Amino acid sequence: MTVWLWILGAGALAYLTKLSGFLVPQRVLESPAIIRVSACMTIGLLASLVTMNAVAAGQALALDARLLALGAAVVALLLRAPFLLVVVVGAAAAALGRLAGLP
Amino acid sequence: MNVRHLLRTSPATRAGLSIAVATGAYGVSFGALGAASGLGLLEVCALSLLTFSGGSQFAFIGVLAGGGTPAAAAGASTLLGLRNGVYGMQINALLRPRGWRRLAAAQVTIDESTATAVAQQDRAEQARGFWTAGVGVFVLWNLMTLVGALAGDALGDPRQWGLDGAAVAAFVGLLWPRLRGREPWAIATICAAVTVLCIPLLPPGVPILVAAAVAATIGWRGRNYDRRPEPVEVAR
Repeated sequence: MTVWLWILGAGALAYLTKLSGFLVPQRVLESPAIIRVSACMTIGLLASLVTMNAVAAGQALALDARLLALGAAVVALLLRAPFLLVVVVGAAAAALGRLAGLP
Repeated sequence: MNVRHLLRTSPATRAGLSIAVATGAYGVSFGALGAASGLGLLEVCALSLLTFSGGSQFAFIGVLAGGGTPAAAAGASTLLGLRNGVYGMQINALLRPRGWRRLAAAQVTIDESTATAVAQQDRAEQARGFWTAGVGVFVLWNLMTLVGALAGDALGDPRQWGLDGAAVAAFVGLLWPRLRGREPWAIATICAAVTVLCIPLLPPGVPILVAAAVAATIGWRGRNYDRRPEPVEVAR
């Protein structure tokens, strides 16, 4: 029973965390400094997500087939491939890498 | 506007859907691991429905599987979800949802929906990207959690299909159009380096918060250069 209580508690805390950002007043978000900070954070968050997804394995760093996916995606982007193709190329590169025995 | 029309005309919808498929499939891993950690079918599904944040959910069952108390599991899950508060602020600034939409938007505010939204330039595309990715991941993630909890490991590891590579490619694809000029490249490089340094030192999910704080600091320090002309893009 206590497990259920903590599942509901974790769910409630997760939701309240997400909601808290939506309760920041608009006039705060509209100041030019905050707009600039937010634009910089966007780039930082995306760059961090790329990095986490490419090399993190829990709390360790791991070099594996995901790096192939990263390289293949960058090549596809340099060749101006559309987004969907970039995703497919990334998946294919990782799948082929694993087929070839990469971790 | 019907779905086929949107798919033809809206890059954000296409991006959102492809991210939803790549990410949603991971629900299988969560369902299988959740069942293996000793939770019942309903408990595993409740985590996906209510917590709905991959990192937090894996942390929850990870602590339980490691012999931790449910309270510690909830603590770890909450810590890993803190970045969603930052995402909520960004989506709030972009889309300004009101009423029930705000409550629904909060639930589907995750890495994927935020990344898809912030990567778009105009307001309508930001909204399409956010909702397609958010609702798409939510539906698939929960379905696949159920499948994984029922089927166990019978379906195999999504990594074997390169789905983790698809996620990496999707996030690079979202970042790419933003990298115009010297400053965005500098911010992206610094934040990637900060993330690599933080991964071994901090719990998963927290390095993203550190990177966000670093990016915010750079933005704050340079705030007075707002009206500077856009730097000319250097040829590659």
